[in-house]
Amino acid sequence: MNILSVQDLGKNFGGLTAVKDLSFKLKQGEILALIGPNGAGKTTVFACLSGFLRAEQGQVILEGQSLWGLSPHQICALGLARTFQIVRPFLNISVLDNVMVGAFLRQKSVAKAREAALKVLDFMGLARQAHKEAGGLPLPQRKRLELAKALATGPRVLLLDEVMAGLNPTEVDELIALIRDINRQGVSILLIEHVMRGVMALAQRVLVINYGQLIAQGTPAEVVGNQEVIAAYLGRGLKHA
Amino acid sequence: MNLALALQLLIQGILLGGIYGLTAVGLSLIFGVMGVINFAHGQMMVMGMYISYWILVLLGLDPYLSLPLAAGAIFILGYVIQSTVVNRILDFPEAMQVLPLVAMGLILENLALLFWGPDHRSPSTALSLAAIPLGSATVDVSRLIAFALAIAFTVALFLFLKKSAIGTRIRAAADNRLGAQLVGIKVDRINNIAFGLGAATTGAAGALLLPLMPVSPHLGHDFTTTAFVVVILGGMGNLLGALVGGLILGVTESLATLVLPATLKQMISFGLLVVIMLIRPQGLFGGRR
Amino acid sequence: MRRLYLLLGLLLLVLLLLPLVLDKYALGIFVMIFFYAYLGQSWNVLTGYTGHISLGHALYVGIGAYVSTFLAQKFGLSPWLGMLAGGLLATAVGLGLGFLGFRFGLRGVYFVILTISCAEIARLAVSHIDAVGSFSGIFLDFNPGFYNFQFRGNVPYYYISLGFMVLGSLAVHLLARSRTGRLMVAIREDEQAALALGVNSFKYSMTAIGISAFMTSLAGTFYANYVYYLSPNSMFGMGLSIDLILRPIIGGLGTVLGPIIGSFVLTPLSEVSRAYFAKGGLEGMHLVLYGVLAILVVLFMRQGILVYIKRALKPLLKLED
Ligand SMILES: Nc1ncnc2c1ncn2[C@@H]1O[C@H](COP(=O)(O)OP(=O)(O)OP(=O)(O)O)[C@@H](O)[C@H]1O
Ligand SMILES: [Mg+2]
Repeated sequence: MNILSVQDLGKNFGGLTAVKDLSFKLKQGEILALIGPNGAGKTTVFACLSGFLRAEQGQVILEGQSLWGLSPHQICALGLARTFQIVRPFLNISVLDNVMVGAFLRQKSVAKAREAALKVLDFMGLARQAHKEAGGLPLPQRKRLELAKALATGPRVLLLDEVMAGLNPTEVDELIALIRDINRQGVSILLIEHVMRGVMALAQRVLVINYGQLIAQGTPAEVVGNQEVIAAYLGRGLKHA
Repeated sequence: MNLALALQLLIQGILLGGIYGLTAVGLSLIFGVMGVINFAHGQMMVMGMYISYWILVLLGLDPYLSLPLAAGAIFILGYVIQSTVVNRILDFPEAMQVLPLVAMGLILENLALLFWGPDHRSPSTALSLAAIPLGSATVDVSRLIAFALAIAFTVALFLFLKKSAIGTRIRAAADNRLGAQLVGIKVDRINNIAFGLGAATTGAAGALLLPLMPVSPHLGHDFTTTAFVVVILGGMGNLLGALVGGLILGVTESLATLVLPATLKQMISFGLLVVIMLIRPQGLFGGRR
Repeated sequence: MRRLYLLLGLLLLVLLLLPLVLDKYALGIFVMIFFYAYLGQSWNVLTGYTGHISLGHALYVGIGAYVSTFLAQKFGLSPWLGMLAGGLLATAVGLGLGFLGFRFGLRGVYFVILTISCAEIARLAVSHIDAVGSFSGIFLDFNPGFYNFQFRGNVPYYYISLGFMVLGSLAVHLLARSRTGRLMVAIREDEQAALALGVNSFKYSMTAIGISAFMTSLAGTFYANYVYYLSPNSMFGMGLSIDLILRPIIGGLGTVLGPIIGSFVLTPLSEVSRAYFAKGGLEGMHLVLYGVLAILVVLFMRQGILVYIKRALKPLLKLED
C-alpha cells in the first residue's frame, strides 16, 4: 500500500533545473531515505511535496488525494508534515508554546493542545526545556524541537530534512531511536540525510538523486556500492561520511 | 481636450519627473544597499530646500550654485544618521527598523519648524520667471535647469557607482553583505557612504525644487510618499528604474490635472502605487530583493 | 502571578478614585494617557502580536470619528451606535486592505507602504467630500448628554477612556492566551514555519487586522466627541499613525502591559513638554525630544521599558520569568 506517490515531478528556478522527472512511492509504514550530493535538489523536492514551492509538472498523491495546488497549511492538515533543514523555531516563545502551535492543528482547546504538546515534548526528551524560551536552546535541542513541532501536528507522513546534521554520534544514535519509535507508531517517513550512519540504521530503501534526477535506488547496502552513486558524490565532493 | 494645454502639462510633467527621479534614486540606493526604507527621505529633501534657501537669503547665492553645498550638508547628515543609528538596527526585526527612521523624520521636520517657523517661504531667484516659448507651449527656464541638473546628478551617481573604487565596494556590499565583509571591505563605512549618497541626492533634489515651489516644514511626508511611489514603480533597489519611474509619475500626475482637481493628483499616485505593488511588486523594471 | 494581578487591581482602584482629587487639566492628561494606551493596544494586535507592521492606523481612527459624527449630524443617531457603525466599516476596510496585502504576499516594508497608502488615499478622499466638510473638517455642536456622547467637564471622559483602556487590554489579554492569539504569535515569529504546522496564516492575519481595525475605530468616535473637531489631517494623517505606534514600541511590543506603560511614560511627557516649549516659543521642540527618545529606546532598550520594570519588580511579585 502506497501512502505517498510522486509522478514525474519537475521544478525549475529560472534556467536551472532543480528537479526533473522524479517518480517514487513511499509505502505505508516505510522509512525511505532521499540522498544525493549538495545541491542535488533534495530540499526542493520536499518544498514541492509540502506546498512551499509550486512544481511545474508532476503529480503528488497522498492517500489517494492529489496535493496539486494546495497550500502548505492544507497539506499539513491532510497529514503530511515537514521539518526545515535550517531549523525554524519560534524564537521568542517557550518551547512548549512552540509545540502547541503544531498541536493546535488537531486540538481546538488550549488545555488539550497543551496536554498533547507536553506528551510530545516528553517523548522527544525535551520536557525539562518546556518553559525555556526556544531562542535559548543549543542546536541539538533545536533539531529535536523542530521534529517535535512537526510531530505535534499528528502527521501520517513525516518529511525530515537533515535532522541529524551537526549532531555528535551519541546524539545521532538517540535521534535514530526516536525516529524508529515514531515510525513504529504508524508514521511513514521520508528522510533527507547526509549522515550515512542514520541512513543505514533507519532506511529500508534509499533513493539517490543528482542534478534533480533519480540515479539509483535500492537497499542501503546496494546503493552504497553503486558506481554511479560514488561517482556522483566524488564529482561534487562528499560532505560527511 | 485642449491640445496645447496637454502639451504644456506633458512638458511640465517630464521636467518635474526628473526631480522625482533624483530623490527616488537616493531612496532606492539606500534600500538596495542596506535593505531599509528611509522614512525620513522627504524630510531630508526639505532640509535641502531650507539649506539652499538660507544660503540664498544670507549670501545671495543662487540655489543652482549652492547645490553642491546643500547636497554636501545632507550627505553629512545621512552619513551621521547611518553611523549612529542605522548601522545598529540592520539586524533588528522589521518593526524595530521602521520606527527609528520614522522618528528621524519627525526630528528633522520639527527642527525645521523650530529654525524656520511654520510659514511657507518662496524665494524669488533671478530665473524664477524666465520662460522659453516652445511652439504653443512655454518652458520655464528654472524647471528646465532643474531637470537638466537632476539628470546630470543621477548620471554622475551612476558613473560613480560603476567606475569608482568606492562605488564598486558599495555594489559589492549591496550584493552580499557577508561576502563583502569577508573580502575585507569595511561594510559599516561603506554603508555610511551609501546612505550619505542617497541622502545627498535627495538634498540636491530639494535644492533644485526650491525655485519651483515654496518651502515649509511639513512638506516632507508628501515627498517621502512620492519617492515611495517612484521606487515601487521602478523596482526597489533599481536605480535606473527609479529615474524612469520618476518621469512616469511626473507625467501621470501632471496630465491627471486635466481631468481631476490638482489636489487629487496625489491620490492618483497612491492608487498607482497600490496597483503596482499588487500586480508587479518587483516594479516595472525589476527590483533587487 | 497572583501578586501581579493584585498589584494591577490596586492600581486600577487608585485610577478609579483619582478624579476625586485631580483638576480638569490633570484629568485631561489622564484621558490622553488612556486614549493612547487603548490605541496602542489596538495596533498591538496586528503588529505586536501578528507581526504585520501598520503605519497607517489613523485610517481606522478617522473612519470611527467621521462615521459616527456624520450619522449623528445627518440622522441624529447617537454616537454610541455610530461607534458600532464606524467599527463595522473600519473592519470591512481593514479586511479589504488585509486581503490585498496578505493574498498578494505583501510583507515587511511593502505591507508598511500599503498601509500608509491606504490611509493617505482615505485622507485625500475625505478632503474632497463636501458632506463631511472637505478640507476644513467638521466642528461638533456642543449638546451635552449621554445620548450625544458629550459631557461637561472631564470626569465622564476620564471614566469612559479608562473603560476603553481596561476593557481593551483585557480583551487583548484573553486573545493572547487563546488558540487564535497563539497562532497569531506563531505567524509573527515565522510565517513559513507556522504554515508548515498547518496554521492558515491568511485566515489569522485577517482576523488580526479585523480585530485591530474594529478596536481602533472605536477610539476614533471617542476622540471626535472629546475634541469636538475633526479634520482629515488630524484624524487620517500620518502624524497620528506615528503617534499611536510609539507607545507600544516604547513600552514593549506584543505585550499587554507594554502599550499601557508606554503611554504612562510618553503621554504626560509629550503633553507637559508641548505646553512648556510652546510657552517658550519653541513649537515642535517636544516632538524632537519625542523622536530622540524613540530612537534611544529602540537602540538601547530593544524590548521596551516593560522588561526592566518586570525585572525590578520580580522579587516583589514572585514572577516566574
Ligand atoms: N529558491 C531558489 N531559487 C533559485 N535556486 C534555488 C532555490 N532553491 C534552491 N535552488 C537551487 O536548486 C538546486 C537544488 O537545491 P536544494 O536546496 O534542493 O539542494 P539540496 O539537495 O537540498 O542540497 P543540500 O544537501 O546542500 O541541502 C541548487 O542548485 C540550489 O542552488
Ligand atoms: Mg537541502
